[in-house]
Order: sequence, then structure tokens, then C-alpha cells
Amino acid sequence: MTTAPNTLGAGAVMLAVIKREIALGLRQKGEVLTPLVFFMVIASLFPLGVGAESSLLLRMAPGVLWVSALLAAMLSLQRMFATDYADGSLEQMVLSPTPLGLLVLAKALAHFLLSGVPLVLMAPVLGLQFGLDGRALGILMLSLLLGTPTLSLIGSIGAALTLGVRGAGVLLSLLILPLYIPVLIFGAGAVEADAAGLGFGGHISLLSALLVLSLFFSPMATAAALRISLE
Amino acid sequence: MTTSPTLTLSKLSCTKGGRQLFKDLDCTLQAGCWLYVAGANGVGKTSLLRMLCGLAQVESGEILWNNTPIAAQHDSYRQDLCYLGHLNALQESMSVQENLMFTSALGGVALAEQKAKSVLERFGLRGRSQQLVRHLSQGQKRRVALSRLALSPARLWVLDEPYVAMDEAGIQMLSDLIASHLDKGGLAVLTSHQRVPVGAHPAQLLELKAP
Repeated sequence: MTTAPNTLGAGAVMLAVIKREIALGLRQKGEVLTPLVFFMVIASLFPLGVGAESSLLLRMAPGVLWVSALLAAMLSLQRMFATDYADGSLEQMVLSPTPLGLLVLAKALAHFLLSGVPLVLMAPVLGLQFGLDGRALGILMLSLLLGTPTLSLIGSIGAALTLGVRGAGVLLSLLILPLYIPVLIFGAGAVEADAAGLGFGGHISLLSALLVLSLFFSPMATAAALRISLE
Repeated sequence: MTTSPTLTLSKLSCTKGGRQLFKDLDCTLQAGCWLYVAGANGVGKTSLLRMLCGLAQVESGEILWNNTPIAAQHDSYRQDLCYLGHLNALQESMSVQENLMFTSALGGVALAEQKAKSVLERFGLRGRSQQLVRHLSQGQKRRVALSRLALSPARLWVLDEPYVAMDEAGIQMLSDLIASHLDKGGLAVLTSHQRVPVGAHPAQLLELKAP
């Protein structure tokens, strides 16, 4: 096999995928902003619904913010592969000499950069609404920073499985939400545990472990699901 | 380096939705030859081409590239393969050039901007490189998709209805492109409803018929 001097390595191809996704995301601003506004609205509905008792809100805050972030991250999952599937780019990705798992990993990372990172940055603003203090806000951001990439990675499996299916949105939620439970428990738990004086180290370690696990396994599962969807 | 690649289909069968499309297909394609897959609508031309690419599962029979089953050498086979399906694989909200550079990158080729421009010019898309794909006509989109072929180092081209939506000049240009690919020792498999002469290269005909 001859290799031309201008051949790209797997890393460069992954970088090209990430760049393309981000360029597309910045062009279709609505699709990036909608989940963020959704996050803001959902999190703001709780104080209106349960009343403005500050001790109650303070206790609920980590859970509410985490659930809202999780739902917001799920909103944009459906279109992770949908346009590529419709215009045929996905076929070219499957046929690329670069392993599909790595391309899928790049797509999930781009999803995290476009949906996860803004959520992490917005969380403290909403946390203030609930009266969380600086330390709690820091832990909340850290837990989201470790948790949202896991959400993108696990979500990519569901997005791949529901490609081309009618009513994919609802099916996707049903498939993926149960898999999000561990992330939710340890994510929201980190803030609560620290507030209870137990420290947040354990929860953060478990979140990191979940991230490493999903980094390893979910691209494989997603690649397999995409191959099935394309048949 | 293998000098003369061969593509072999051996006892290939395909069933779709409980219907037998074709059965026991045998065929060998040598370097510098092209295979013209003909047949009426619905006889399984696209299914055959998708099998050749590895996009669809082979139920029975085998596809061999250089006498090795493609399932056993996915990575090296994909480097040798360039597939153009019914879909153009162009992202509507990206420019022509961005699309071309991205699909090249997927194929593992770093494409210089200047090269992209010159290829587009050759395909009659001069001055269009910065235009968004959604503003192009069907035929122009097809041309952008086809310009990928000129940039690909792949030795086997699998083209599903490449002539669709092309004008006279486009058809001639594509035929010349395929001819020069064959001259260089490449292989091509294509379907088309119109008979197209490809240079001096005689077609190897594979006619699919409903059983």
C-alpha cells in the first residue's frame, strides 16, 4: 500500500469532523440556542411551581438543575446523525478508511462542545436563583463538566439506533433516559453530599469512571447501531 | 504493493423483503476494466452496489478484492474504494469547497484549497467554491459529488447512477474521467439507464433479471 504524503491520520480526520460540526452549529444558531433556553425555562419553572421557600429550593437545586440540564442535552441528540443520514454523508463516514468508532467519538465530542459546555457555563447563573453558594456552584459546574460528555456519548447510541424511525424523538428519550440515571445520581449527589459534609470526592470519581467507561464503549455501540440503521 | 487489483463476485445472492432479487452471481473484474450493471428498476442494482461497498450484508456468496474476502480486510478495502450513491453526501448549509474538503478528509486525503479550486473549475463550477450547496442546481450538486472522484486515490469506483441530472457536457466529462481512471489501472462498477461509451474501454456487462 502506498501512502501519499498528503494522507491524513485518524486524529486529523477526527479534528476535521469536530470542526465541521462546530461550523455547522454556529451557522444554525437556533438549534444550539434552543436547548439552552429550554434549560433556563425548565429550571426557572420549579421555583414558580413549588413556591419561593428558600430552604426547600436550596435542597432541590442540584437535582432540579441536573434534571433540566439532562433534558436540555437530550433535545439536540436527535439531530446528531439525522442530517448526515438524510444527505448521504453518513454512508461516506461508514466507508471512510478511518474507523467509524473514532468518527462517532468526534461527533459526540462536538455535541458536548456545542450543548454540554454552554450548559456548564450557564448552570451557575441558574444556581444563584436557587440560592446556592459559591462552593456549591463550583461543585455543580465540575459535576456537569464531567457528566455532560457522558450524556453526549450515551446519547449517541440512542441517536444512532433511532435513525430513520418515525417518532424518533420520543423513542430516543425512552431508550436513553434510563441510561442517564447513574449520571444523574452521582452528578446531583456530588453537590448534596458536599452540603451534607460528606465531601464530593467519591461522586466525582464515580462520574469520571462513568465518563471513561462511556468513552470506551459507546463509540463501538454507536458505530454498530449506525451500520444497522444504514442497511 | 499489488500491481493489478481484481474484484471477484462469487455465488452472490440477495433477498429483500422475502423476495429473491438475484442468485448465484459470478463475475471477475480485472484492473483497467469496468462493469456495467444493467437491468430494469427493482432488480437489485443498488443492492448489489451497496453489497460491493460493504454497506449491506452479504447473505450468501462472497465478494473478493485481490482474492481476499472484503469482510476480512475492511480497512485496506475502504482505502481502495470510492462510492457515489444516489445521495450526494453534501451538507446543504456548507459551501462547495467546505464540502469537498470534508469528504476528502473522510477519505483520508488532505486537500489544498488551490487543488479544490482547480478540480471544481474542471467540473464546470468555476467561481462557485464559496457558494452554499443549497443554492446549487441538482446537476451542479451532482458535479460537486463527482469531483470527489477526481480527488480520490481509490482504485475501485462504485458509482450508482452517476449520470443522473447531468447535461451533455457533464456526461462527456464524467466518461472521460472514468476512462482516464481505467487507463491508470483502476476499476469501475456503475449502473446507468443510458448506455455510455467510456473511452476505448469495452464494458463488461452484468445484466440483472428478475427471476
